[in-house]
Amino acid sequence: MTLTLTHYLVLSAILFAIGIAGVIRRKNLLMLFFATEIMLNAANIAFAAISAYIGDLSGQLFALFIIAIAASEVAVGLGLLILIYKKYGTLDLDKFTVMKG
Amino acid sequence: METIAFYIFAILITGLFLVTILSKNILYAMSALAAGMVLISGLFFILGADFLGAVQLVVYSGAVMALYAFGMMFFDATRNVKEKNSSAAVVFLLSGLSAVVLVIIFAAPSIGENIKPLVTAAANVDNPHAIGEVLFTKYLIPFEVAAVMLLVAMIAGIILASKKMDKSLSEVYIDTLPEEELKEQK
Repeated sequence: MTLTLTHYLVLSAILFAIGIAGVIRRKNLLMLFFATEIMLNAANIAFAAISAYIGDLSGQLFALFIIAIAASEVAVGLGLLILIYKKYGTLDLDKFTVMKG
Repeated sequence: METIAFYIFAILITGLFLVTILSKNILYAMSALAAGMVLISGLFFILGADFLGAVQLVVYSGAVMALYAFGMMFFDATRNVKEKNSSAAVVFLLSGLSAVVLVIIFAAPSIGENIKPLVTAAANVDNPHAIGEVLFTKYLIPFEVAAVMLLVAMIAGIILASKKMDKSLSEVYIDTLPEEELKEQK
């Protein structure tokens, strides 16, 4: 039994579903960030697999750019998290409700 | 051989990422995420994307995880995270459905036969060499833009995180509390 592109795409889909489940389920902001990292990695796997099986290098380069974007996203996001923590003393999303509706 | 490696990696990655989204402890979640990233680089090596695997190791499991570890020092990481959850069934149904839709969207063009490779590696050139050639010819401008974006992100991170850096975090927090809560705390 040989590996096909479908194997990698299915794995990528499973990981993406795990990431989405994390984003929907989590109420802590730091954990939300972890879940978004999982989703970015799932997309990277799909890019690299398609690039390898079609024989086109563009997929790997796009995965590289995704990694660069993820790194800058983490830098800015953690700065914002620290500001939020200084203001509210917590990272719980439910505590940030300002409008009492 | 490759099939066995793929299945081992796939099962381990899925398990570790499940730990990441289900664990109540931030430290456990972060360690599982870092281990998962390392194993994903293994998948890249199987695919023959050597350079991408190396970058994944250096940037993700090195830099990003170290950044999270430093960020965690600002927060209270040893305490368990308390979360109020709505029904789990709805969450898993929704995420499963949306993932299936995404797979169909992404797989549809590659199932079709009309895809032709635009950027192919030259023969008898190894992967890092080929990537370097394509990156500095065809993708030079995105590369430069990514460099500028990283610089902007670095400056933004420094400015955001260094506000009120001269005070300790607990001090800043107490200043912003309303007076009734201060009395309660005393």
